[in-house]
Amino acid sequence: MFRNQYDSDVTVWSPQGRLHQVEYAMEAVKLGSATVGLKNSDYAVLVALRRAASELSSSQRKIIPIDDHLGISIAGITADARVLSNYLRTECLNYKYAYGARYPVSRLISNLGNKMQVTTQRYDRRPYGVGLLVAGYDERGPHIFQVDPSANFFNCKAMSIGSRSQSARTYLERNISSKGRDFVCTKDELICHGIQAIRGSLPNDEDSESPLLNISIAIVGKDQPFKILDDVESKKYLDMAKKLPAPPAPSDDVPSTGGDDDEDKPGDAPPDPQVLVGTMER
Amino acid sequence: MYSHNNFIQTELWKGGPVPGQFYNFPGTSQDINAGNITAPGLYGSNRSSSPITTGTSVIGVKFDGGVMIAADNLVSYGSLARYQDVQRVFKINEKTIIGAGGDFADFQSLKRSIDQKMVEDMCYQDDIEMQPKSLYNWLTRILYNRRSRVNPLWLEMVVGGMQDGVPFLGHVDLRGRAYEDDVVATGFGKHFALPLVREQISEGRLLSQSEASQVLRKCMEVLYYRDCRAISKYSVAVSTAQGTIVQGPFEVNQNWQLATLVKGY
Amino acid sequence: MHKIQSFPEYQVPGAQHQDFSPYESNGGSIVAIAGEDYVVIAADTRLSSGYTIHTRKQNKLFQLSEKTVLGSTGCWCDTLALTSLVNARMQMYEHLHLKTMSTEAVAQMLSILMYNRRFFPYYVSNVLAGLDSEGKGVVYSYDPIGHCERTTYRAGGSAGTLLQPVLDNQIGGKDRDVKNKPKVPLEKAKEVAKDAFISAAERDIYTGDSVILKVITKDGITEEEVQLRKD
Repeated sequence: MFRNQYDSDVTVWSPQGRLHQVEYAMEAVKLGSATVGLKNSDYAVLVALRRAASELSSSQRKIIPIDDHLGISIAGITADARVLSNYLRTECLNYKYAYGARYPVSRLISNLGNKMQVTTQRYDRRPYGVGLLVAGYDERGPHIFQVDPSANFFNCKAMSIGSRSQSARTYLERNISSKGRDFVCTKDELICHGIQAIRGSLPNDEDSESPLLNISIAIVGKDQPFKILDDVESKKYLDMAKKLPAPPAPSDDVPSTGGDDDEDKPGDAPPDPQVLVGTMER
Repeated sequence: MYSHNNFIQTELWKGGPVPGQFYNFPGTSQDINAGNITAPGLYGSNRSSSPITTGTSVIGVKFDGGVMIAADNLVSYGSLARYQDVQRVFKINEKTIIGAGGDFADFQSLKRSIDQKMVEDMCYQDDIEMQPKSLYNWLTRILYNRRSRVNPLWLEMVVGGMQDGVPFLGHVDLRGRAYEDDVVATGFGKHFALPLVREQISEGRLLSQSEASQVLRKCMEVLYYRDCRAISKYSVAVSTAQGTIVQGPFEVNQNWQLATLVKGY
Repeated sequence: MHKIQSFPEYQVPGAQHQDFSPYESNGGSIVAIAGEDYVVIAADTRLSSGYTIHTRKQNKLFQLSEKTVLGSTGCWCDTLALTSLVNARMQMYEHLHLKTMSTEAVAQMLSILMYNRRFFPYYVSNVLAGLDSEGKGVVYSYDPIGHCERTTYRAGGSAGTLLQPVLDNQIGGKDRDVKNKPKVPLEKAKEVAKDAFISAAERDIYTGDSVILKVITKDGITEEEVQLRKD
C-alpha cells in the first residue's frame, strides 16, 4: 500500500487537498464481500454475499434490520457496522416512541452522516471503516442510500459496494431502465436483478452454482416490513435467477478507474465516489 | 455532542432495570418522587397547580375529505373576559391544525416548541412535513411526561389534519390521556357540543364540509348562550387535501328577545 | 441555610385553586379465557371519566406479537405510556435476540416494568393473553404494581369484580366437582365472554358501547366486534 508523509493523522491535509487517512478508511469497504442494493417504484432490495471468516466459523451477518421500514447491508469492518446499526436502531426507536411514526429515511441518513463526519475531523478519532447500503421505505417511497466511511452519503437508484463490486455496478447500469427513475419491474424481477448483479462479484475460483446459497436477501417496501428472506425463499429466488442468462463478465469496456482491487499508485487521482446514479431527490 | 456512548439507549432504559443495577427506589437521585416536587421550594416557590389565563371549549369535527376545529376568541382571567381577540385555533403546517383550551400561557410555550419543529422541518429541505398523528403522539408524550412530574401543562388540545390523505382527529389532555374520534370536544363543549354533533352524524356517515361548518356554528352559539367563559366571536381551522386554513373570526347568531320573558331571578 | 418564612398563597382574583391529581379512572373491562390451543380476550370500547364518555370506540386490546395480546384499562394515559414502552422494549428484544418475545417473556417483562414504578404506579388493570411456547392458551393478570399471576381465565377492569364470579362459575367449574372439570371449547369461551360484557354493560356505567373480541390460535389472530348498550 502506498504511503506518504501526509497520512500520519486524519487531521493532516496533503498539499493536493486530500485526507489520506479518510481515503484509507474507504479502502476498508473494499475488503468486505460485495453487497447490492436496488429499488423499483414500490420496493427496495438488498442482496449480500456472505463469507465465512474461516472454515471453522459461521458466515458473517451482512444484512442488519434496523426498524420495520429500514435495514442496512454492510461491507467493511463488521464491528464498526454494529456500532452504527446500534445508533440507527436507537434513533428509529426513539423517533417511533416520540412520534408514533417511522423515521424518514433521508433524515436518518443525514443524521448518521453528521455523526460519522465528526470522526473525519478529529485527531482522537478514526473514521468508521464500513460502507453501508441502506434500504428503506417511508412516505416518499423506497430508498437506497450509500454511506461511506468518509461520511459522504448518496441517494441511489441502485448501488453495489464491497470487493469486486464493479461488475455488479456494471450489471445494474446496463439493466436499469433508462426511461424510469428506478428499475421498472416486478418485485420478483427486482430480486432476481439483485442476485444476477451480485453473481459477477463472486470470487472466480468459486463455482457459480454452489456458493449461491451463501447469499442473503432482504426486502422492504409498500405493505412489506423489512424482512430478511429465509433459506426457503432465498432458494426460490436463486432458482428463479438461475434460469436467467448469466450476467456479463466484467469486460473490457468497464473503466478501470475505481476498480476495486487496484493498487493505489502514487500520483493517481483518487477514485471518484462510486455512485452509480446519485440523485438530488430525497 | 461528542460523547462516546450516545448509541446506548439511555432514554428507553430510564427508570428501568439497567443491567447491573437494581430498581430505582425513592430517595435516589433519578427517582421521580411526587412529594419532593410538589413541596414548596427553598424560597417558598410553588409549582402552578391551577390555570390562570384560560381558554374554554374547543370542538373538532371530521367531515368527508377533511377536519375542522373551532374555538372562540376569548382568553379569560378567572371570570373576567380579559383578552377578547385571541386565536386559539392554529395552522401548524399544510397537513396539521390544532386548537387549545386550558391555560393559555402553557399553550403559548408549547406552541413555540411546535413552531420550532416546523422550522426544523423546513431546514431539512426535503418537503417532509410533520403529520397530524405524529404531532398528536408527541403532545401525548410531552403532556404525560409533565403530569408524571406532577407539574402538568394545564391544557386540553385538539389535533387534526390529513394523515396520508385520510382525515385525522385526536384529543389530548393535561394528563396525556389521548384518543381519536370523529368528533372531539374539550371543557364545556364535551357536554353541550358533542351531543349536537353526534345527532348529525348518523351511523357511519361523515358530514359534508358545509354541514360540518353549520353544526360547528350551532355549537358555538349554544356554548355562547350557556358557557359563562365563552364569547360570541369564534374562529375555525380547516384541513383538507388542498391544505389548511384558519377562517374567521365569525359572529354567532344571537337572539335575546326571549330574555325579557325570563322572570323570577 | 436559613429557612424562609413561607409566603401566603399568592391570591389571584378569580383564579380558583384546583388540586391536580395525576390519576384518573377511565373505565373499561377485560375478559380473557384460555383453552387448550386457543385464548380469547375481549375488552369494551368505552373511554370515560365520571359521567362523561370521551369516545365510544377506543380499542383497549394491544397486539404485541402474533401470539400475544395485552388488554389494558384504568388510567388511560398510563395505559398509553406503558404499552408504547412495552412495544419499544419488545423491538429491542427482537433485535438483540433475533426472535420475537414469547408470551411468558412478555409477561415477566410487564411485571418488571410495572414494579419499576412501585411508588408512582401505572394505575392500570392489565390482562395479558397469549399462546405459550407449547402452543397452549394462557392468561396472565396483574395488579397496578406488577404482581403477576398465571391463570386460565380472568376478568379485569371496572367490571372485573362483577364478572370474575361469573367466569368462576361458567369457565372454572367452581360449582362442580373439581376432578371432572370439563374442557371449555372455543365457541363456549367466546359466548361466555360476550354474555359477560352484555351483563356488565347493564350494571357498570364504565363498560359499554361495544366489545372487541380477539381469538388467538396457532393460525393467527381473528377479531370480531359486538355492539353493547350505548347509554
